[in-house]
Amino acid sequence: MNGREMPVTVDVASLLAVENVSLSFGGVKALSDVSFDIRRGEIRAIIGPNGAGKTSMLNCINGFYHPTQGSITFNGERRRRMRPSAAAAGGIARTFQNVALFKGMSTLDNIMTGRSLKMHSGFFWQLLRHGPALKEETAHRRVVEDIIDFLEIQHIRRIPVGKLPYGLQKRVELGRALAMEPQLLLLDEPMAGMNLEEKEDMSRFILDVNQHFGTTIALIEHDMGVVMDLSDRVVVLEYGRKIADGTPQEVKRDERVVAAYLGLAHEGDQA
Amino acid sequence: MFYREAGQFKTSYTADMAIFPLREDRIGLAVIIVCAYALALTGNSFLLQAVMIPFLIFSLAAIGLNLLTGYTGLLSLGTGAFMGVGAYACYKLTTLFPGLNIVLCILASGFFAAAIGVVFGLPSLRIKGFYLAVATLAAQFFLQWCFIRVPWLVNYNVSGAIEAPLRTLFGIPIVGATATPETRYLVVLTMVIGLTWVASNLVHGRVGRAWMAVRDMDIAAELIGIRLLRTKLLAFAVSSYFCGVAGALLVFLWYGGAEYDVFNINQSFFILFMVIIGGLGSLIGSFMGAALIFIMPIVLGMVVPAVLNPFGLGVSAATIEHLRFMIVGALIIFFLIVEPHGLARLWQIGKQKLRVWPFPY
Ligand SMILES: Nc1ncnc2c1ncn2[C@@H]1O[C@H](COP(=O)(O)OP(=O)(O)O)[C@@H](O)[C@H]1O
Ligand SMILES: [Mg+2]
Repeated sequence: MNGREMPVTVDVASLLAVENVSLSFGGVKALSDVSFDIRRGEIRAIIGPNGAGKTSMLNCINGFYHPTQGSITFNGERRRRMRPSAAAAGGIARTFQNVALFKGMSTLDNIMTGRSLKMHSGFFWQLLRHGPALKEETAHRRVVEDIIDFLEIQHIRRIPVGKLPYGLQKRVELGRALAMEPQLLLLDEPMAGMNLEEKEDMSRFILDVNQHFGTTIALIEHDMGVVMDLSDRVVVLEYGRKIADGTPQEVKRDERVVAAYLGLAHEGDQA
Repeated sequence: MFYREAGQFKTSYTADMAIFPLREDRIGLAVIIVCAYALALTGNSFLLQAVMIPFLIFSLAAIGLNLLTGYTGLLSLGTGAFMGVGAYACYKLTTLFPGLNIVLCILASGFFAAAIGVVFGLPSLRIKGFYLAVATLAAQFFLQWCFIRVPWLVNYNVSGAIEAPLRTLFGIPIVGATATPETRYLVVLTMVIGLTWVASNLVHGRVGRAWMAVRDMDIAAELIGIRLLRTKLLAFAVSSYFCGVAGALLVFLWYGGAEYDVFNINQSFFILFMVIIGGLGSLIGSFMGAALIFIMPIVLGMVVPAVLNPFGLGVSAATIEHLRFMIVGALIIFFLIVEPHGLARLWQIGKQKLRVWPFPY
């Protein structure tokens, strides 16, 4: 699914490098001096208790927040400030902790919006819905139908997403992000509030996206079981600082992580 | 009558992407269009002049406002003024280029409204909702002030009014005192059908999706690469274009002349009510809203006296006018609270019921 492979300039292995990033809101330090990298093709989990700064980290990566210090290098290009639309154009897509779909639009239209950056037919043809405009619409519709088949949501194609149950909304949101054919996919708690079966489905989709399309994924997740199963490497944040970084096995044994998760571990297991 | 999709399988995405995928819907639309044209043959001038022509023109203005408010989520109270820009621009075009075909003048006048709309749409990047409505209100008053205070706009006419000159299409008068209601109706009908088709093409494609995305969640829209300012300004431009053309039609093919106060704030609210009652974000709803708001008072004016007079109860025109305000007010409250998608939604629910009838699901 990755249409574009940018010429590799700096490090062959890492797609994204976060270096000494700090972020504060007035007095609150959401992130302090965090560094880690994401390698091409891996699933990188970001975990930590509530308020640890995980969502803020994703917001920095896709240009929604601007770090007060430090830098982020994506695809060999280092940026201090980046506009969200530039991040989207560069190949970063994401889903949100609280679903951010277009509620009044159908599943199909929501996923079609993910193709916005790839649709270029002129305004004149849009007025007529003929020629290049119709051709483009059909071509992108085909891609979107493939995504709909992949996510097994054919039956809700025409339904306004505001009417869908939460679990399906999360799936549609994943579809919209996939429609962008991103190089890096940021998933913010994609399984929050789901039952076991829905979680299994979502895990399968995430693995499939990663394995079949080679999409690099950054995943925030509370369920430790899911994290252990899915991720190649894990970053652990606590109070805005990185406290551990490594394979799931390494992280699980880390004393600071165990300490941070002492109370939370049970919560994560049963959730 | 069988309203079913059974047996109609789509074999290509192009077929499934059609704006009216159901054969019954397409037939229904064709029948309505044929009937609309046939209406010109009935020779009922009152029906054409007093009901159909204004209904179509207001529908066009309602579509214009609906593109902005219903589809893009930007509330505007300047519709009347944008219609005025179209009317005055058309008047200037007809006097500056007397040889230019009047239909082209009307279509071109929309571009002036679009340009003005874009200027007053600029604040929409920073402000939303109530505050944007106030900004458009400023546009309404400023433009209305221009209509009164800039004598150049009315060719230094002392009365301050603009008047439709005599203009022909294929040798037949379509504008001016000698144009018959039939020919004017046919011109208006054709232009409204054409522009509605264009609006429908826009809202069902990339542009319409970008508008609705901005309406539903502008942050997410930006994060998938939709440029907010560009999308909003395009909505202002297209919306004002439709309103501008509607304003030009209003003066040139209906009233025959107008003064500045035709395009006052009441006109803006009038169109807004049509959009709310008809259904935010629906083109069919724009027609329904225009029909209800514009035709209901006419029907009331005829039905209420006819019902009450036999009982010796006289009703004055003023009473009917009050009745009209009360009904419109009640409907607006009803739709805002109970069904924000308006008549169009009720229509859809009805169709859905018909589709599965006689089964409940
Ligand atoms: N827009 C914001 N304004 C003020 N404070 C914020 C904002 N976003 C996040 N924060 C603060 O930053 C900290 C980290 O939040 P967040 O990144 O949402 O944590 P997590 O996703 O790990 O639960 C919290 O203390 C939160 O209150
Ligand atoms: Mg979070």
